[in-house]
Parts: sequence; C-alpha cells; structure tokens
Amino acid sequence: MLIRSRSPHDLTESDTTPEALYWNRRTVVAGMLAAGLVPQAVGAVQAAEVNSPLPRLAGKRTRTLDEEWTSYDSVTHYNNFYEFGTGKEDPAERAGTLRTRPWTVRIDGLVAKPQTIDIDRLTKLFPLEERIYRLRCVEGWSMVIPWTGLPLAKLLALAEPLGSAKFVAFETLRDPRQMPGQRSPVLQWPYVEGVRLDEAMHPLTLLALGLYGRVLPNQNGAPVRLVVPWKYGFKSIKSIVRIRLTDRQPPTSWNLSAPNEYGFYSNVNPEVDHPRWSQARERRIGDWLPRKTLPYNGYGEEVAALYRGMNLRRYF
Amino acid sequence: MLGRSGVHMLMALPLLGLVGQWAVAIVTADPRAAGLSAEPIAYSINTLGLWALRSLLLTLAITPLRRATGWGWLAPLRRPIGLWCFAYATLHLSVYFGLNLLGSLEELAKEIAKHPFILFGMAAWALVLPLALTSTRASIRRLGAKRWQTLHRLIYGAAVLAAVHFILRVKGFQIEPWIYAAVAALLVLARVVKLSPLSRR
Repeated sequence: MLIRSRSPHDLTESDTTPEALYWNRRTVVAGMLAAGLVPQAVGAVQAAEVNSPLPRLAGKRTRTLDEEWTSYDSVTHYNNFYEFGTGKEDPAERAGTLRTRPWTVRIDGLVAKPQTIDIDRLTKLFPLEERIYRLRCVEGWSMVIPWTGLPLAKLLALAEPLGSAKFVAFETLRDPRQMPGQRSPVLQWPYVEGVRLDEAMHPLTLLALGLYGRVLPNQNGAPVRLVVPWKYGFKSIKSIVRIRLTDRQPPTSWNLSAPNEYGFYSNVNPEVDHPRWSQARERRIGDWLPRKTLPYNGYGEEVAALYRGMNLRRYF
Repeated sequence: MLGRSGVHMLMALPLLGLVGQWAVAIVTADPRAAGLSAEPIAYSINTLGLWALRSLLLTLAITPLRRATGWGWLAPLRRPIGLWCFAYATLHLSVYFGLNLLGSLEELAKEIAKHPFILFGMAAWALVLPLALTSTRASIRRLGAKRWQTLHRLIYGAAVLAAVHFILRVKGFQIEPWIYAAVAALLVLARVVKLSPLSRR
C-alpha cells in the first residue's frame, strides 16, 4: 500500500534550484539592479496580467509550482512547431494563418461513444483548471508555464474507452495552406503522437486550451493541445483534430523521423542521453546558467509507478 | 579592391553585432528584443559556429576564385579570413565549454567520447588550431614552404568535419546544413581537380 504523508504537489528539497545556481542568478540580477542595468525587477513578479489581445480563459488554480514562471513573451516566442518553420521564432511570426474556428476534435477508435466535439463545446464541458507545470524540451531547454485546460481523463471517460483500448493516438491538423511548414520534408505530416492509455488517464495529463489566463496563441498549439509534463515537449502535440484509442502502440512523428533518438515513451530522464547531447542539464529560459534535469521532470513521485519494472534505457 | 584591414573590419562585423546585442540585452534585460532569442547563450553559440563555418568556406574559396578571375589582390586576404575562422571557432567552443558545460573538462571529455556530434566539432577545431599557430611568415620560414603547405592542407579536413558537425546538429531533415556541406565538398573538389581552365595558363 502506498502511504503518502504529504501532498504530491509539495516540492521536495531536490525539486528546488541548487543553492549555488540560485545564488548565482540572484547575485547576477541583484548586481545588475544595483548597477542600474535592469529597469524592472527581473523575475520577481508572476503577473497573471499579460499584455495580449487574446480572449481571457479563466480556470481555477489547482496546481502551483514554487518556481519562477517563464515570461509570457518567451513562452509565446520560443516555440518548436515545425508546421510553421524550424526556427524558434518562426511559429510566432507565421502561425497567423492558422484558423482555430470552426474547429472540431474527433474522438474514435476503441470507444463505446465515438464523437466529434466542437472546440467551443469542449471549453465548456468541464470546469477549467489552471496548472503550473515545467516544460522540458528534448533539446535541453525548459520553461515554467501556467496552462489552462482540463484533465484528458475526463474527456476520454466521456467517450467510454473499451476494455481492449491500450493506447491513445493523437493527430494534428494537416493543411499546408494553413500550416506552410507542412510543405517541407522536415517531418512526415500530419504530426502524430501517442501515449499509453494509463499515461493518458493520469491526473497530470492535461488538454490545454490556454496559457497565462488567455486562450492559446496559435504558435503554442491553438486551439487545443496536449500537455504531459513528465515527458519531453514534443510528446505534447499541438492543434489536435483527432484522438483515437487503439490496441497497439501508435506511430509517433519524431520516432518515425529518428527512431534511435526519440523513443515512444520519451520520459524526461537525465540518466539517458540523447545520442547527440547529454540530458543531464537544462537551460531554464530566463536563467543564465544551466540547472540539473530532474527524473520525470520532477514528477517522479506521481508517475514513476507507471513504469515500474521497465528498463528505461530500452524504453527511452 | 579589398585590403587586409577591410577584411578585418568585415569579418569582425558579426562579432561586433553579437557584442552589441548582448549590451542591449543586459541593459534592457530583454534578450529577445535585442535579437538574441529567448535563449541568448544557445543563440550565441549557434551564431559563432555558423560564422566559423562561413569564414572557413570563404578561406577555401579564395584560391579557386583567384585562379578563375586572375585577381591577384585576393591572395593576401586568405590569411586574415583564416584567422577569423579560428577566432570564431574558438569563441564558439569557449562559450559552449564555459556556459553549457560550466568549464568542466571532465564533462567535455565525456561529451566528446559519447557524442559524435561534439567529436566532429572538436576535431575540426583541433585541425585549425595548428594552422592559426603557424600563420606567421616566420613559421613558413621555420617549417619550409613545402612542409608548411602540407600542414595547411588540414583545412580541408576541418571543412569536412565542420560540415558534418552542422549536419548532425539539426533535428529532422533540414536543408541548410546540406547547402554548407555541398559548398564545402565543391571547394575541396575544386582544389583536387583544379576545375578552372585559367589555372593551366
């Protein structure tokens, strides 16, 4: 039996920034402040109020994180969304061509009640939650993002998965007129992702509709995207049009592109290097120096049980 | 006609640009507005690496270009451009080593041993290092022109290694590093077969 004396939301000592880095960053910022180099307090405030023309999308905050939020500007201008180009700022520049209304999400496959849900209905189906999660990119950078959305489990329950369903497959919109990056052979289109059903049903797994209290900007995967905070960012597929339950492991885009580099699981793991670079550290956007990467991106206490007994080097 | 000081000025521009961007980023505390992206250190490493590769290819282009056009004034420009290649490569490596690996030699050794991508980059730098060290006239005299020239053929190896390093860097299939690799291959080939008909004059 699992006995937990404290809430899994609580951070442990190991979750926090190592003291050396902490002082380092503070010292740098403090020094710059003293020298009059920084006009405003960098990184002190976590203003929910952002300067954005996007409609508000409120959610009850159900999960906090005692780490500095990545600025809205960085969250929305440093994106990997190859449907709009391979440069980090390409999506912010080019995603204006994406039309997010009308938009529907098809849920089918091994479910009792296959259905097509309009995005505006999806927004109102369940009370929305705001959750502050870490995001760790496979490239070695990370952010802290306040997402607004609903647990994927609630939506899947609506469709009533059959007993034979073992995996959940996701698909991004395919339309090169809206997503000009799909004319490039950089990946096979449409972008597809997948997780095991128990990973999909895990309470941490979120379908995000917004961030920073506003609807998702196009470049962040509007109108609806997945957020699986203990996996590398590319698992969190953007602009979803289809969710299909299956009995076998579905193909996933980066795994198709380079199977030796990107596994199906892709759980954040500082012990298992990417073939081209180490995953031991990460560069938190807004920090000067890298920090240590945590197993399962710091969510091990909640998700490690999903992988008990598995060889994590083999199932990377 | 471009002189040596003109070359130095031109080749310093990307570095001055980067330093200027850093100055703005520090003053405004907004690296993205300064053009350094949200990850100024990664951006700087990439930019320095790209200019190392560009100046390497430019160095290789001088002789075939001189042969094809007969422009003798190009010849003295090769050494300063080559030295800038070394400067950019060294800065590229230093920022990576100092800020990504926090100056740990142990980690650097691990990275080189485990990741071919890093190995190719390090090897390219190791090949241009002796060329920079023997770039003076005195070195040519000391080594003898023949031996000096043989040593400096290492630049072709560096070009190939650097191009592969770049190809290994990107995710998915991207065209840009292949364009650089094609240019590198062409320049190596140009020297091997002396493509230009003027060279036989």
